[in-house]
Amino acid sequence: MSRNLIIGACLTVLFTGLAALSFLWTPYDIEVLDIPNRLLTPGGAHLLGTDHFGRDILSMVMMGARTSIAVALVAVGIGMGLGMPLGLWAAARRGSLLDDVIMRGNDLVFAFPSLVIAILITAVFGPSAVNAIIAIGIFNIPVFARLTRGAALPLWERDFILAARVSGKGAARISAEHILPNIANLMIVQGTIQFSLGILAEAALSYIGLGAQPPTASWGRMLADAQTLVSIAPHVALIPGFAILLTVLGLNLLGDGLRDWLDPRIRVVRT
Amino acid sequence: MIRFTLGRLVSLTASLIVASIVIFAVVEVIPGDPAAFMLGVNARPDTIAALRAEMGLDEPLIARYAAWVGGMVQGDFGMSWTYKTPVATLIADRIWVSLPLAIYALALSTLVAFPAGIYAASRRGGAGDTAIMGATQLGVAIPNFWFAMILVLVFAINLRWFSAGGFPGWADPWAAIKALTLPAIALALPQAAILARVMRSSLLDMLGEDFMRTARAKGLTHRQALWRHALRNALIPVLTIIGLQFSFLLAGAIIIEQVFFLPGLGRLIFQAISARDLIVVESVVMLLVFTVIMVNFIVDLTYAAVDPRLRARA
Repeated sequence: MSRNLIIGACLTVLFTGLAALSFLWTPYDIEVLDIPNRLLTPGGAHLLGTDHFGRDILSMVMMGARTSIAVALVAVGIGMGLGMPLGLWAAARRGSLLDDVIMRGNDLVFAFPSLVIAILITAVFGPSAVNAIIAIGIFNIPVFARLTRGAALPLWERDFILAARVSGKGAARISAEHILPNIANLMIVQGTIQFSLGILAEAALSYIGLGAQPPTASWGRMLADAQTLVSIAPHVALIPGFAILLTVLGLNLLGDGLRDWLDPRIRVVRT
Repeated sequence: MIRFTLGRLVSLTASLIVASIVIFAVVEVIPGDPAAFMLGVNARPDTIAALRAEMGLDEPLIARYAAWVGGMVQGDFGMSWTYKTPVATLIADRIWVSLPLAIYALALSTLVAFPAGIYAASRRGGAGDTAIMGATQLGVAIPNFWFAMILVLVFAINLRWFSAGGFPGWADPWAAIKALTLPAIALALPQAAILARVMRSSLLDMLGEDFMRTARAKGLTHRQALWRHALRNALIPVLTIIGLQFSFLLAGAIIIEQVFFLPGLGRLIFQAISARDLIVVESVVMLLVFTVIMVNFIVDLTYAAVDPRLRARA
């Protein structure tokens, strides 16, 4: 196992662990304001200090991890859940009109600046975590569709697929039973990369006020709130940023490490 | 080349048509009446009726779409409800902040990424390569609006080299460029990291090619072969990425403008969103999508002109 894989896995486990723990326990209740203890520096009773309302930053980072991970995970789920079947379908009907329509559709979505469309969607339907998920998820679909089709196409030429066809299996069954297991590694690696991009996108959307709304804690919102405090209490702005940085870095290293570990030949698309 | 260009023109037109339909549809599917949505819950019925008439909401859907697209083709983006000004004027005022910012960031990221990527590739596996690749991992993972806040903290608040935000206008070009410097650095960082990685891997791909062995056999040193033969071929994927990055830069500019209080398209779009001025939102989004599609079209044509193999493949 490479160093990347180990560091990446540790960081990912740390932040998903913090998110999971927040369901059971956080050091303080983040909905209780404690103005006398506001803007405390890290250390003492508040390990990472407090914000301008006296809320415990560690507790908010834990709750924010939950939001970020949930949004990014569901968005990857949407992308994989819709993109993978589309890619498999296009590969099974390679060269047909259907293949063409699916792939041109993908190109079109790729042509849109994703953040701009996310802004449009949330502007019209109102800012919320669910709309952020939809906006980020839509742009994951073509990534997975394209990758799945590309990986599935050469498999269709292989002898074991021919054997499956001779034994009477249809295209759908072959895709599910023979193609899918062979491209699963690739999907896992791409999934990690999209997951990290989703965390960044969620942070950006909630920073500009179009993601999760208060009282839901989110790292992007914490940064937006901290912006005016950066000169008097830098830790309020630094800590959520480090949380995003370390989570994204961890996922990227995990993706790179997994790729090398599972199959050194596969290549991952970074968009 | 003519066939290639025509093919690309057809897909460009198709993309633009679909994009305009999608944007129009998203705004149309707002639950209820767009005029009532824009004016809020306390609006009087006669105000809503007036806005409906002004927006042409009583016309059929197709006619409204045709009027919107037809207007944009002639440079008429409609009238902003909140500013009482033509949207085209609003855009024209703001674009002189957003566009120079995106170009400044693109120039910075290219200036940093090219030498970094070339250096890393030429010292593959060495300490320099490891350091640059480590730095790019960080660069990709840093949210650029947070990096912007750190830049403000260090260079504006502590060192006082730059102002923390705002834009003085282009009357004094030096002051304007200075005001755009921190935003451009923040915007450029992740793109520079991606570009350096692409540059490095693209160059490394070239090093294994037959023509490189031939060049070395002819007596060129490793470095000469790299500069004369590998680099030129390695630029094709790099060009594609630069084209793609433009869309990230434009979108990124929207957010970075918020950090630095720059009066660009990003500010315009957010003010329009909070004022529910859908005419402005719709038109600015369409303009951004149009710019991105056009840039990608130009990049496609450029590298088809540079590399004949791409023309044949298409």
